[in-house]
Amino acid sequence: MAAHEPPCPHPLAAPPRRRGRRSSLRNWRRRDQLIFAFAWSAGLGLCLIAGAIVVFLAVKGVTYLTPRLLVTSPSASVDQSHSGGILDPIEGTVTLALIGTIIATPIAVSTAVWVVEYGRPRWLARIVESSIELIAGTPDVVIAIFGLALFQIGILAPFSFRSSSGGVYGRSFLAAGIMVSLIALPLTYTATRNGLRAIPRHLREASFAIGKTRIATIRRVLLPALRSDIATGATLGLGRIIGSTAIVVVLLGATLQNSPENGVPLLGFLRGTGSTLPSYILNNSPAGEGNAAQKAYAAAFVLMLIILVLNWLVGRISRAGAASGLYSGRAAR
Amino acid sequence: MLERLRKPWSDRRAERMLGAVACLTALAIVLMVVFVALRAWPTFSHEGLSWLGSGGNLDNQIGAMASTSAHPPASAYFLHAWPLIYGTLLTSAFAVVFGLAISVLTAIFIVDFAPPAVVRVMTPVIRLLASIPSVVYGLIGILVLVPFVGANLITSGEKASVANVIQLTGAGLLVSVVILTVMITPIMTALITEALASVPRSWHEGAIALGLNPVRATLAVSIRAIRPAIIAATALATARAIGEAIMLSMVSGGKAFSPNFADGRIVLFEPLRTLAAEIVEQVDGISAPALRSSIYAFALLLLFSGFMLSIASYAMRLPLRKYELSQ
Repeated sequence: MAAHEPPCPHPLAAPPRRRGRRSSLRNWRRRDQLIFAFAWSAGLGLCLIAGAIVVFLAVKGVTYLTPRLLVTSPSASVDQSHSGGILDPIEGTVTLALIGTIIATPIAVSTAVWVVEYGRPRWLARIVESSIELIAGTPDVVIAIFGLALFQIGILAPFSFRSSSGGVYGRSFLAAGIMVSLIALPLTYTATRNGLRAIPRHLREASFAIGKTRIATIRRVLLPALRSDIATGATLGLGRIIGSTAIVVVLLGATLQNSPENGVPLLGFLRGTGSTLPSYILNNSPAGEGNAAQKAYAAAFVLMLIILVLNWLVGRISRAGAASGLYSGRAAR
Repeated sequence: MLERLRKPWSDRRAERMLGAVACLTALAIVLMVVFVALRAWPTFSHEGLSWLGSGGNLDNQIGAMASTSAHPPASAYFLHAWPLIYGTLLTSAFAVVFGLAISVLTAIFIVDFAPPAVVRVMTPVIRLLASIPSVVYGLIGILVLVPFVGANLITSGEKASVANVIQLTGAGLLVSVVILTVMITPIMTALITEALASVPRSWHEGAIALGLNPVRATLAVSIRAIRPAIIAATALATARAIGEAIMLSMVSGGKAFSPNFADGRIVLFEPLRTLAAEIVEQVDGISAPALRSSIYAFALLLLFSGFMLSIASYAMRLPLRKYELSQ
């Protein structure tokens, strides 16, 4: 049938196709073909690595994670069947994440609001912006041992526990929580600032026009519009806090069990030392004292599950924010 | 107090309070520099700049420090930190170079070539890789990659040839650089992809209309346009690589050795130690004053290089201001 193609009704509508000149992969220069191939392999390679890590940890996790492991405290034992589970590290992770997020989020949001909405004097705003950039670029270990130096001075002694001889160690949930809030701060700040900048000018002007003050505009108009941005930023920060190891090793003591300081129950817990999932993994890897690979895999699996859930949440929140974008300039309905 | 907070704030008071909170971050940076510098001072006052030089066995020097008394003599501060600095430079430089190439290619892939279905997979994959904690990377490195390299890539002849200096277990330069690259690539990829996607489509199409193929068009127009973003992403990734502690302390081997390129292919398997990893390794001995001062000196060096990176990235972007895309 192909031989009997109907003639074109309008000869002008179908210009002759110049096959030879069309750009196709085959007649690119060799170098460009190589770059094309490398681009594909780089992209797929990253997917492959991520997939391999997730599958590997899932297999190891399902093999080694038992329900009993989740509800027993770790204890020192040479025999791995008696060295307990990961209850304390999970508690520690949750506590640390709560303290860090509760401290970091309000500070980050206030800072972003001040920088974008007020920002006077200009030089001060610039200093604040660059110091947040510097904090983002500061290694975790440096923040950790800065915290150690900070909480060892006498005035801040109530935040951490003391030895019997009166020396201040500077290690506690509170100290670690305050320092991990520093690594979450830049992420929450950036998300909030970008959200604020995306809100169109006329929204603020409409609010000023009906006689609202700047701060009333911020509280009643801007902050409600920013909810999904703040939530995204806080969740990103939460992910960083949960995965931070150096600060926990240095400032929380990375002990086997959470050991509350004597005194008021809750406050004693916060002033005591403890461990989180990352420090538990480190201690049970061949690099630590425990050297129990199975426990480390089980804890790593739990940690990865938390991280995956947080990632899913970030995607969901930001999608929901973009979809409902009542105020955001990106997707006005 | 609560009553006063609940009442509508006056604008001026709100501005002052928010400004005060914002200044906390600047205060944190100042405090950090002051505290770390004060604690590091004894080391620099005793050792001067020869501290940065090379010489002697670093592990022995650190070990001698840990056993000094509460009031150490000036000689207790003796340390030549070059092996750590060299290790830091070596791992970060390799990781950043490889990471930069991979992330630019991946960004081109995501923006120009990948079908929409693949893009939908790539975005969460990159976010996931960026959010995997460093201890998990370290765990996989020490339990999977190190034994693999030790068993398959190093011959027993090579192990025997250096047995009286170092042990080749597989932990060392190669594994460190590979994992570090995987750790910093997603951060760079995310930033570069975002910038590349924001280049106006018409520029790219215009270049294609002039007869360039899509790869040429991207390289000649889009990549040139996003140079500031590439510099910023590289600076951030370098900061990450320099500051990575936990993963490197797990997979870089048990000795502060300086990998020597004159050794041939063995250099890939030689152990090393970075500044950040050494801080984590030695933090248990922080009660010995000489060791404490040295640890804070390492931290000061890290802080200083972080600041220098920020300034360098700013200075490099300055002449490229005209390329900055208006939002």
